[in-house]
Amino acid sequence: MSVDQVRRHGRGSPWFGLIMALLGSCVLLLIVAPLLGLVLSSSSPEILGALRDEEVTASIRLTLAAALAAAAAGTLTGVPLAYVLARRRFPGRSALLAVIDLPIIIPHSAAGIALLTLIGRRSILGSAFGSFVGTFQGIAVAMAFVSMPFLVNAARAGFEAVPERLEKAARTLGASPARVFFTISVPMAWRDILSGVILMWARGISEFGAVVIIAYHPMTTPVLVFERFNDYGLAYARSAAVVLILICVTIFAVLRFVARTRRGEAARGA
Amino acid sequence: MLELRNISRRLGEFSLTDVNLRLAAGEYFVLLGPSGVGKTVLLEIVAGLMRPDSGRIVWQDVDITDAPPEARGFAVVYQDYALFPHMSVARNIAYGPLAQGLGRREAASSTREIAEQVDIADLLGRRPPSLSGGEQQRVALARALATRPRALLLDEPLCSVDANLRARLRKELKRIHNDSGTTFLHVTHDTDEALYLADRVGVMLGGTVRQVGASEELFRRPSDPDVAAFLGMRNILPVTFVRPGVCSAQGVEVHAVAADEGTSFIWIRPEEVLLSRQAFDSSARNQFRCEVREWEYVGSLLAVHVASEELGLTALITHESFKTLRVQAGAELYCTFKSSAVHCF
Repeated sequence: MSVDQVRRHGRGSPWFGLIMALLGSCVLLLIVAPLLGLVLSSSSPEILGALRDEEVTASIRLTLAAALAAAAAGTLTGVPLAYVLARRRFPGRSALLAVIDLPIIIPHSAAGIALLTLIGRRSILGSAFGSFVGTFQGIAVAMAFVSMPFLVNAARAGFEAVPERLEKAARTLGASPARVFFTISVPMAWRDILSGVILMWARGISEFGAVVIIAYHPMTTPVLVFERFNDYGLAYARSAAVVLILICVTIFAVLRFVARTRRGEAARGA
Repeated sequence: MLELRNISRRLGEFSLTDVNLRLAAGEYFVLLGPSGVGKTVLLEIVAGLMRPDSGRIVWQDVDITDAPPEARGFAVVYQDYALFPHMSVARNIAYGPLAQGLGRREAASSTREIAEQVDIADLLGRRPPSLSGGEQQRVALARALATRPRALLLDEPLCSVDANLRARLRKELKRIHNDSGTTFLHVTHDTDEALYLADRVGVMLGGTVRQVGASEELFRRPSDPDVAAFLGMRNILPVTFVRPGVCSAQGVEVHAVAADEGTSFIWIRPEEVLLSRQAFDSSARNQFRCEVREWEYVGSLLAVHVASEELGLTALITHESFKTLRVQAGAELYCTFKSSAVHCF
């Protein structure tokens, strides 16, 4: 290799970095541009108007509450499942992992239809407990169905990162498996569990496809945005959409911030 | 008293077969063996973290093979200490007592007591990640001792620290054992560590315990050549019995006081093998003409390998003797050792 060649290699080609940056910017633009465009094109009176609109605020309350209920139920049931998946090796485990990811790949409108067969008017559960269609519970079930994988996968990754030796050591110190779970595993994995809960809540809030099939009324905000767009056009749908986006982004930002500061403290061992 | 009866366990590549051990109350027992013979697995079986395929674990005549770890009272100290990083040192130490159902106040007072004993009272408010290796070890020991364990199980506790610190921690470990009066079961691959710490040593080779005994006893009477070789012993020779007091090693007759029908190996400590330029009369029954093959440094001494016909021997001599004897490859010397210096097994 000549000295010249070495120099050129040492510096590296500028093209590679440039192309990477360019492609990356496309991704950012795709995500940021429409959101920013929507927010910027709405005037503040428009947004304030939406916030005073009883129909909009009712839908927001419903959406937040239903998604929260879904996330709470998901935490209660999904965290133990995540722990089992992280710690135990059993036949059929990988099949189970695939099943948990199913809601991600199924079109959500189809998921809604599938859910109807479980909780609809003529279903077993529906005839036993009354139909969930058009109820708060029905909305929460639809949200839980589509958002569950996010929680389970995040919590599983969290538990997997806890060294098993710590749990073993705790057992030999006299702690029962339940005590180990609550004093070692969960406290050490809680940041990942919390991110999972955030993701699940946010995903629940933003769900349209499955929810609209289970419950057109009462209206969640995504359904309301869709309805207004359909019936009255873009201008009328816009303000509700902006409010929805702002709420989601705020929740997401706040909780991410919480999770991160705690992580910093733990890393410093303070 | 802790007893392991015929413990067997297959696990992937290796297996434990028919492990038998008896630990006396309060003793420091070291299980010595090369890496990967299943020493950690054996500890986890004792602790109840893993089930044996067969065999029983007995504590004071009670079979505890099926008891869960929290009911056994054998605290494990891992090589990396496995301290809980999200808790203060004090909470780490109090973890066991609290799990055993002690009240907060009692747990706190026993924490202070143990911390004094192990000399970490000034660390109680710290978090494990901010501690040095030596401090972490003491915290791990304190945490385990705080549960008032029936026995402490130590898994290569000195292996992840540098040589200087290791010597200090070893001393510390011995002191803590003496002060606590607890039974220690310690596994390691380090012979020096075993000899320094142990009241008794068990040598584990090929998935089973080959020999158990006090350290001097191991070196005096290794049960078989594998054990001897693992302990770093030289001059282990397969022999055939000739007559009482005499056996044959590679066709050479060797006088050995202890030789009998059961003798199949002899061992002569290299320190006991004398090299000389001339043959001489003495009370030593064994003297052979030999030829120097090669030599190497062993600490401040020299190990000289000589051969008399097919019989190869190693003699450990000083640098001065090396010069006086004018040792060089092919040099003709005499090697001499007493009949009573030949260990038979």
